[in-house]
Amino acid sequence: MSKIQPMQSMKQFFLNPVIDKEYRLRMRTSRSMWTLLAYLIAMGLFAGVIFSIVGMEQRNSIYSSGFTGITFIVLSFAQLGLIAFMSPGLTAGVISSEREKQTLNLLLTTQQTSFTIIVSKLISSISFMLIIVFSTLPLYGIVFLYGGIAPMQLLTIFAFFIFNMIVFGAFGVLFSTIFKRTMIAVIVTYGVVLFMFVGTGIFYLLLSFGYNSYAYNGGSTNPGDYSWILHFLAINPGFALYSVLDSGDWYMSLVNSPSGVKTFFDYVPFWLEYVIFYTVMLVLAMYGAIRKLRPVKRK
Amino acid sequence: MTEYMIEIQGLKKTFGTFHALKGIDLNIPKGTVFGFVGPNGAGKSTTMSIIATLMLPTEGTVKVDGLDVTDHPHEVRKKIGYMPDFFGVYDQLKTVEYLHFYGGSYGIPRKEREELIPQLLELVNLSDKKDAYVDSLSRGMKQRLCLARCLVHDPDLLILDEPASGLDPRARIEMREILKELKSMGKTIIISSHILPELAEMVDEIGVIEHGDMIAVGNINRIQQQLMAKRQLTIKTSSRHEELKQFLLDQPLVQGVFIDGAKLEVQFSGQDVEQAALLKSILLADYEVISYQEQQTDLEDIFLAITRGGGAEQ
Repeated sequence: MSKIQPMQSMKQFFLNPVIDKEYRLRMRTSRSMWTLLAYLIAMGLFAGVIFSIVGMEQRNSIYSSGFTGITFIVLSFAQLGLIAFMSPGLTAGVISSEREKQTLNLLLTTQQTSFTIIVSKLISSISFMLIIVFSTLPLYGIVFLYGGIAPMQLLTIFAFFIFNMIVFGAFGVLFSTIFKRTMIAVIVTYGVVLFMFVGTGIFYLLLSFGYNSYAYNGGSTNPGDYSWILHFLAINPGFALYSVLDSGDWYMSLVNSPSGVKTFFDYVPFWLEYVIFYTVMLVLAMYGAIRKLRPVKRK
Repeated sequence: MTEYMIEIQGLKKTFGTFHALKGIDLNIPKGTVFGFVGPNGAGKSTTMSIIATLMLPTEGTVKVDGLDVTDHPHEVRKKIGYMPDFFGVYDQLKTVEYLHFYGGSYGIPRKEREELIPQLLELVNLSDKKDAYVDSLSRGMKQRLCLARCLVHDPDLLILDEPASGLDPRARIEMREILKELKSMGKTIIISSHILPELAEMVDEIGVIEHGDMIAVGNINRIQQQLMAKRQLTIKTSSRHEELKQFLLDQPLVQGVFIDGAKLEVQFSGQDVEQAALLKSILLADYEVISYQEQQTDLEDIFLAITRGGGAEQ
């Protein structure tokens, strides 16, 4: 009985009218079909170029399983890039577009809680993104023809993609709730995603440059003093993806310099630190969106 | 159990330095149809939004059936059906799906909705459009669909902000008939409209709001009596207009007389008895009266009198 009830309430949540309505609206527009097509064409082009290069190398008899690995890595980065490109567009209008179409007030006077509305909107957007990403599986399937990639690696990568979709989506939903205009919400969400990819890398480079100048001028001789700078790389989706693909060995080689005391985060791989950091950000973004959706009396 | 569906005390709302509501007090008994009258920007929609839990008051309290809208918004939403002045619809949904969505959003089980929705569509005369996409409906049909949406959870209170705006005369009449039916069902209705004569036909009480202040509240006839202290009489005679004008100006309760062709417009401050006495004196003075009548004042006149200060002699 006690096990059935949570299952029923979960089923009820996933069959709630907001999700149902979102699915209907999304799948009834031709835009969804064109989006899926555009995504598959882009991924197909990437895959085509990569497989051509691999094919040429094979003809020159220097094929090795390392090439499959490179193909897999390039495809994964392309996929992550496309997810980063698509997610803000799919999520940053979920609330603001309702406001612009003047349907939000009607929805807010119903019995649906702010939590249900926000989470349902995120789930429906992510679901569409999942359809798109899973539709690229056949492209990955070709990689298996060449061998060298374990199914578990593929599953891990897809789990990482899903996590990123949720994170980018949560930022989109938050800004869609904060800003009245969809255009502004989309721009700000792209800005945040761009900062995650580029900004964190620039911060890392600037800080390492600054530290090196400081050490060069006799400020410090202990390399362990600046391992914290690496945490800027840990919150970069690209480096986190590389950490997933490389089992974290590369990261450990970076921090395993002769240093002094190390913290917990010096021993965890990039991707795990990434997941922990963005899980906190995800929760904060969702909390912010839920609080902002309806006026709440201050206690 | 409170006898009032809505209790508003000292309601204030400010947006930055702009005072949208300056301390409104209002009680609306259950089962009343209340007309909210006021020029654009007077504070009608703000008041309605606060009642509908879409906005927080800066000061004051608003209760719906005894429940404070800021403390118990979730419970209040069960009791209200809100129709904003401007609203959109989900174009890609069919009429039935649209109502199912809102029914589900109010927690009505699907089985109940299957029975309820055809009845609602019948009430708003949209039964033949049940499988039509909302996008294909006319403005008037969308307004009626929105009204059906308001009723899907059988609320005790309907908050209708300009429900007839943008409708052609026929659609307006249809909307009015539906509202009359809802009134007969015992719903408490707050309705704002700029088409004032239409309101007058169906409302029990009116509230006139201007610049965020509630300047008059109560029964239309009572407000009319309070505010329209001067009666406008029209007297038509066959001849001797100038003479009659002078005669009338000599009467104690006559405030002014204007000649308009064969008619004389008389501003008179007396009541029914004095009005009858005036007619008697005119006839005794041997003037040939063709007609003698009091001009009827409607809600529009009251509104104009209040908002222009014309009825200030209360």
